[in-house]
Amino acid sequence: MMVSPRVAPAPRRWRGEGGRALLWLSPWIVGVAVFFVYPLLSTVYFSFHRYDLFTLEFIGLDNYRYAFSDARVLQSALNTLWLVVFMVPAQVLFALGVAQLLTKLKSGGGLLRTIFYLPSLVPMVAGTVAFVYLLNPATGPVNQLLARFGITGPDWFGSAAWAKPSLTLLALWGAGNAIMIFLAALLDVPKHLYEAAAIDGAGAWRQFRSVTLPVISPVLMFSAVTGVIYAVQYFTQAMIASRVASGATDSAGTTFTPGYPDGSLLTLPQHLFHTGFRDWSMGLASVHALLLFVVAMLFTLVLLRQFSRAEVVS
Amino acid sequence: MTRRRGLMWIAQHALAIALALMFLGPVVLVALTALMTDEQALTSRLWPEQWNWANFGDVFARSELLTWTVNTFVYASLATLFMLVSSVPAAYALARFRFRGRKLAFLVVISAMMLPPQVVAVPIYLVWARLDLTDSLWPLILPMLFGDAFSIFLLRQFLITIPRDYTDAARVDGCSDVRILFTVILPMARPAIAAVALFSFFYCWNDYYGPLLYAGVDQEGWTLSLGLATFKAFHSVQWNLTMAATLLVTAPVIIVFLFAQRVFIEGVTLTGVKG
Repeated sequence: MMVSPRVAPAPRRWRGEGGRALLWLSPWIVGVAVFFVYPLLSTVYFSFHRYDLFTLEFIGLDNYRYAFSDARVLQSALNTLWLVVFMVPAQVLFALGVAQLLTKLKSGGGLLRTIFYLPSLVPMVAGTVAFVYLLNPATGPVNQLLARFGITGPDWFGSAAWAKPSLTLLALWGAGNAIMIFLAALLDVPKHLYEAAAIDGAGAWRQFRSVTLPVISPVLMFSAVTGVIYAVQYFTQAMIASRVASGATDSAGTTFTPGYPDGSLLTLPQHLFHTGFRDWSMGLASVHALLLFVVAMLFTLVLLRQFSRAEVVS
Repeated sequence: MTRRRGLMWIAQHALAIALALMFLGPVVLVALTALMTDEQALTSRLWPEQWNWANFGDVFARSELLTWTVNTFVYASLATLFMLVSSVPAAYALARFRFRGRKLAFLVVISAMMLPPQVVAVPIYLVWARLDLTDSLWPLILPMLFGDAFSIFLLRQFLITIPRDYTDAARVDGCSDVRILFTVILPMARPAIAAVALFSFFYCWNDYYGPLLYAGVDQEGWTLSLGLATFKAFHSVQWNLTMAATLLVTAPVIIVFLFAQRVFIEGVTLTGVKG
């Protein structure tokens, strides 16, 4: 685990390392300029233009007006918000629960750890295709197993109401990373704190609240914020689920309506992608990009504050 | 008291086993389907009546899976190699040199790491289009020569934990920065470098968005994730083949993991960033 860096005043012979730092960082500085700063500025420029790869025309705020009256922008923003509000907390709480359970087990912990971690390695596309199959309303194994218990399963990826919960199940299945991070944090909590709490007569819940939670809260916070940032970028699983569940038979994604069913899986990054790289409305896509940028930066600021509190940045 | 503890033991293990079954369930059901005949895959019977191992061969015969695997491997290997060459020195500089703007540089690393790739996609795409490199995977590989924010972040987090005394001693002995990096830092940072390399390789292996943007419409240039995403479209009623393909795409990742398990778990906890 990380230790906070000790910041000592620079000794004399360390002075003047600026030149060497510049030399060592130069490839990365070029990278930041070309792949970070330039495209950001350029996106702002394009957002005031109509551009379809052939003609570039200044149109002022028209892209912005269009984007903010576009029902799909609102819908995709709400879908992204749903992921932030429901999927991320569900994943964090689930992972914490499983990790907590793993710390309690006296035997079989190693094997279980591997079992819980492995699904998180399954390639996103493969996992999503598998879940669309497993949750197929008509012939999928899950609904067939449910039927054996007399339960009529929902339409999962086929219904607007169940599509996002289905993706949440996929997210829980792939929560192995978070489980491992929480497990490491939980095992780091000093044993004597629990013993002291137990002597004071604290029950299991009380111990968790007063001992465990305060110690692991930085890890929890870090996990939640990175989870949110990940949710803001959520693209692959939603796109694949829509494609496979809708039975789209095209190869390049040109005729397929994104967000199937009923736009319930249309996320902001997907809407941007389709606007920019399928409809080739680069200017309008740039407005979507800036919107996404603002949302992502808001959460990044939260993370940075968290980092500086935890002294990661020095 | 002991009876209560015994009951707790049973409850905890029962819950753990139930959870384990839920994690394994999807894999088992996918594997069973992958071995069914075309007809049975459309029925409600879950246990293969006939073990159709030929499905795996069919996947290779009916799709470009082999080509996609090669493309994916080349993409992931080159990108990882380039990432290491560019990110290790940057992380070293951020962790070891004292200079004005060091804090700012690190803030830029974090911001770049958190930036959704879609935000900057339009202008970057236009640059590659002008260089006539779209319809290839080069737009995903070449930027790795200029450092990868996530890798720099993780490496830097590890490198700052190496006590300064080591590098100071080497410096007193008259070692150059490059020699210090190779003889002092790299051997000590091996677990972190291995973890970052594995993460990068896996990221590329799984990447769908990048190839979707750049690989073009010609199947010859696709990666596994692109191919698998459209597999169902080409073999629409054959869930068994789709599931066989899903397993084939997943298998290499799992095999690598089983061999490098320790590297992984250490790397994952490294990303946890304890406060």
